[in-house]
This record gives sequence, C-alpha cells and structure tokens, in this order.
Amino acid sequence: MTEWFTFSMMPALLLIVGGLLLPLFKGVSQKVYSLLIPLLVIFSLTQMEMGRFGEIDFAGISLMMFNVDKLSLFFGWVFAIAALIGNIYSLHINHTGQRVAAFLYMGSAFLVLFAGDWFTLLVGWEIMAFASAYLIFATRKGPAVKAGFRYLMVHVTGGVLLFAGIVLHGLGTGSYLFGPIDAAQQGGVAYTLILIAFMINAAVPPLNAWLTDAYPEATVTGAVFLSAFTTKTAVYVLIRAYPGADILIGFGVFMALYGVVFAMLENDCRRLLSYHIVSQVGYMIAGIGIGTEMALNGSSSHAFAHIIYKGLLFMGAGAVIHMTGKRKLTELGGLYRTMPWTVALYMIGAFAIAGFPFFSGFVSKSMVIAAAAGDHHATATLLLMLASSGTFLSTGLKLPYYMFFGKDSGLRPKEPPFNMLVAMGIAAFFCIGIGVFPGLLYNMLPYAVEFEPYTGAHITESLGILMFTLLAFVLLLKYLNPKNTISIDTDWFYRRGATVFMWLANKPVAQWEQKIITLGDGLILNTLHRLSKHSLTVDTQVVDGAVNGVAKTAMKSGNLLRRLQTGIVSHYALAMAIGLFLVIAVYVLIMSEVL
Amino acid sequence: MMAKLVNFFGDKKYTRTRWRLLIVILVSIVIADFLVARPHDYNFWDTIPGWGALLGFIGCGMIILVSKFIGKKVGLSKKENYYD
Repeated sequence: MTEWFTFSMMPALLLIVGGLLLPLFKGVSQKVYSLLIPLLVIFSLTQMEMGRFGEIDFAGISLMMFNVDKLSLFFGWVFAIAALIGNIYSLHINHTGQRVAAFLYMGSAFLVLFAGDWFTLLVGWEIMAFASAYLIFATRKGPAVKAGFRYLMVHVTGGVLLFAGIVLHGLGTGSYLFGPIDAAQQGGVAYTLILIAFMINAAVPPLNAWLTDAYPEATVTGAVFLSAFTTKTAVYVLIRAYPGADILIGFGVFMALYGVVFAMLENDCRRLLSYHIVSQVGYMIAGIGIGTEMALNGSSSHAFAHIIYKGLLFMGAGAVIHMTGKRKLTELGGLYRTMPWTVALYMIGAFAIAGFPFFSGFVSKSMVIAAAAGDHHATATLLLMLASSGTFLSTGLKLPYYMFFGKDSGLRPKEPPFNMLVAMGIAAFFCIGIGVFPGLLYNMLPYAVEFEPYTGAHITESLGILMFTLLAFVLLLKYLNPKNTISIDTDWFYRRGATVFMWLANKPVAQWEQKIITLGDGLILNTLHRLSKHSLTVDTQVVDGAVNGVAKTAMKSGNLLRRLQTGIVSHYALAMAIGLFLVIAVYVLIMSEVL
Repeated sequence: MMAKLVNFFGDKKYTRTRWRLLIVILVSIVIADFLVARPHDYNFWDTIPGWGALLGFIGCGMIILVSKFIGKKVGLSKKENYYD
C-alpha cells in the first residue's frame, strides 16, 4: 500500500464519490449499486487499522485527516449497518436525487467519524447539513420546504459557531488535532462555542426544535437516514471532546424527560418518534456528562442500539405512511388486520427502545443508568428510570395502539413492499441479537466492560416498570385519545418570533422612520437644495471645463493613432513578426554574451 | 401465524383472556421481585421489592398528568393551523 492510501478514508470516499457517480446508473443497476457501496463500506471497516493517517500541511497548519480507534470504529460499524438497512428500505423508490443526497449525507457522517483534525470534521459537518436538508425538501410540499429552510437555518448557524470555535481553539492551542477541549482555554470561549454547535446537532433542548420540526416532514425513506446520523455523530464528537463535562448530566436528564412529555402531546406519528430521539439521546448525553469509562461505554452502546431500533420504528411508521398516505394518529387505527408483519416488526423496535429484557435497549440503556448509580448521581438515576416508563408509554403503547389497534379507521392497507419488510426484518434481527448476546456488542466497546445486565433484580425491576406502565396505560386509556393539535416547542421563537419581529419592523419602527423622513423634508431638504445649486455652478464651470479639456486632448491623440492604423491584417502580422524577431535577437545576443 | 398472534392483541373477543394474562404476568413479576438476590444497593430503592412496579405505575400516571398540564393549562397545544 502506498502511504497516501488508508482504509480510514474509504467509507467517506466510497459514499461521497459513489453518491456523485450514482446518477450514471439507472433503474435496476442503480439499485444494485446502492447496495454494493454500503457493502464495500462494511468491507473497508474490516480492513481498517488503528492509528492516525493522512498528514497534510494546509496553509502552514499541520493536519491529520483521519483517526481510527476503538470508539470511531464502534460507531463506524453501526453507521455501516444503518447505511445498508436504509438503502434496502429505499430500494423501491426511483428518485436519484434522494439517493445521491443520502449517500453524501452518510459519507460526510463517516468523514466526521474518522476525522483526525478539526477541519476535516468541519467539512464533514457542513456537507451533512446540506445533504440531509435535501431529504426534507424532497417531499416537495409547502410545509416540508418551509421546515427544510428552518432546518438549514439552524444548522448553518451551528456550522458558523463551530467554525468560530475551531479557529479560536486552534489559535489558542496551536493544534488542530481533534480531541478533548480544555474549558480554561481562552476563558472558555472556544469551549462554549463548539459545545453549543455540538449540542445543536444533538438536539439538546432548547436547541432541539429543528429535529422535531423537520424529521416528520422528510420523505418516508429520508427520515430513516435522518434518524440515524445527525444526532449520533453529535453524540460521538461530544464523547471525544467533552467527556465528563458536568453540565451535560443535567441537560441529558432534562432531555430524556422533555422528549417523553412532549411525545405524549403529539398526534403526528413521526413527530412522536422524533421526540423520542430527543429523549433517548438524553441518556447518551447524560452518560457523557458522567464521564466514567462505564458511562462512556454506556453512551456508545446506547447510540449503537438506538440507531438500529429507532431506524426500525421510523421504518414501521414510514411503512404505514407509504401505504395509507396518512400520518396522524387521529386518522389511523385498526391496521393490524391487514399489516400484521409491520405491527410485529414495529413492536420489536418498541420493545427494544423501551428496554425489555432480551432486546437491545435493555443491555445499553441500563449501562448508562448503572453508571449514574455507580457514580452517586441518585436523582439522575431515578429520573432516567422514570423516563423509561414514558418511553414505553408513547412508543410502545400509545403510538401502536392508535395506529394499529384502537378505533377502526376503516383503512385496509396491504403490507408495504417486500424490500421495506426485509429492511425492518434485519433491524429487528439486530434488536433481538444484541439483547440476547450483549457480549458481542460489549467486546467492541472502547473500554473494557465490567457490567452484567442480566441479574435477577435488574430483570424484575425493568419488567416491573414496563408492565405496570402498561397497566396504568390500560386504566387511563380514555384520557389518552390523540387530539388534532400541534404543540409549541422552541421553534416558536423563529416561527412566530419572526412574525413579531416583522410586526415590530412594520408598525412602530416604520412609523418612526416616516416621522423622521417628514421632519427631514422641511429642514434638511431645503438646505440640500441650496447646496446643490452651488455645486451645479461649480460643476459646469470647473469640472466640465477640465473634462472637456481632457476629451479634446484624447480626440487629437485618436486622430494621430487613426493614421497609424491601416486595418490590414498582413501589416499587423508583419509588425508582430518583426517584434518577435527583435525579442529573439536580443535574447540570443544576451545569451551569447553570457556564454 | 404472525397474523394470529397479532390478532390476539387486536380482536375484541380476546379482551378477557388478555386481562387474565396481564394479571398473571403482573403478579408473577412482583412475586419474582421479592425472591431475587439484590447485590447492589447504591440507592435506597435498590433494596425495596416491588419498587419497579411502583415506579412504573406512578411514573406513567405522572407523565400523563404533566403532559396534560403542559398541553392544556400552560397552553402549548394549539390548533393545527396555528403557524399558517
């Protein structure tokens, strides 16, 4: 292997270049190609060596483009699995643009994942924002386009903060290698800017609304990709740069409950699931804040499990939207009669996110909770356990009840296309596989694991929480009917806040402006009139005189030049030949002198 | 087979059977929680049998109450055309 080649660049390269070449293929060959590339990405992961690669000198700054270690490789595996599952799920669509966008999005996520320096990370970060926005725009409906622009606005702002933070951090430390940031550096400005940028992408409240606003508007297949990459790359970079940042414990626990409570108010099935991304990422953020080896392992393994079960839930809801064209719980119901496989596969995802024993969430979420307990964060432990109840309540009970069971909507859709069911089947396989054989997941984690999820007390406690949540749900069912409402989140500030701003601009500000203009008309304009009369005299007598003089001289020179110009090409050619000859002659003369 | 399994959870004629099954499961969980060994006691609740059941039941009720309060009383739930 030559030195410039490293397998660490391959996932990003394969997906980005592969995505750009994708339009060259049409029809079936494009579909085969869309599966081949993720398989090649998986192969490149098996070939990766640990270490830093791709040293380059960029404008006097030493950069190290790629970094592979156990942590990045761990996330790499689940990104590759998500890429494959997402592409199988989208096999039925014939929309090249969406496929290209998804490839660029995944490729740039890999670029962030294996970034060895801050600039490579920034490039990946920015491509991710734009490529993912296309998956929202691709719905091509008014609300989706508007949500897409709001999504872009937030991510571009995040990108600017990240860029500013990186430059300050680089200038302060003299190093652009991606790693932990010292809070004391430059009074913490770079530390704070980068933290905010990362927290935007991790959808930490109050910076969460871009996610719950935009994901439900994305295409059915696009939302599956979106649910996997943006928030989890943010979790990954936070694990790397901010392990043990205390502030994240509070934010994480707040997130876990915030998502759960807001999900209860939702009527749109994918917005409900989006609030549970916020809630689940909360566990990961809390784990990063705790910062012990076990907590960071917990955050990483929960991200791994989460990408797959959340993908499965979005695929299940997407299958229903694909087959019925409806997305509100108030318009759905009774679909279990004709979509039993979709129901069963969705429920596997629901059991996984809820953390039932022998499902993936059980072995990953409990690691974060145990780390919180082990590090003496009693309140955080209790609140995270409480959020588990809420997770099952809305994703495992409320959503499936009103979507698949409950009141009969009269809709009788068929099962979704076979490729969708296969993708969901693979995700379900992982949800159960990880739950039954946690050792396979634990062995890949960055730190050695000393945690046994399957103790008697842990199993009975978890089952107690979940099954008594079910009991409460059944008893309180009549209060839970979804309503035709939307709920206000922090996006209000830039949706209605913008309207308030426009009103301020139109009414009081514009009125004041008008008054000032009227005042100006009387006093200032008269003075200006007088002044302009004077300047007119100066202009005609002084300036014009000078200009006319220049023009006369130019005309005289022009006449002279006109006589020199014959307009015959051969004359010019002769002149050029003579000039060339003279240049060569001078050159030869000088050279002969020198020699 | 899958259709039959899913139908069991949807069809009204199995309501009574589902209730019985649920009660059996709930009782077994609480009994099992009294019997299991409790090696960790980081927090006071680690030693209380039936704690999980209590947390699940009360927690679920609390989450429903809080979300209703935020939606209705605080007024975060709005008509669908609120932003139009």
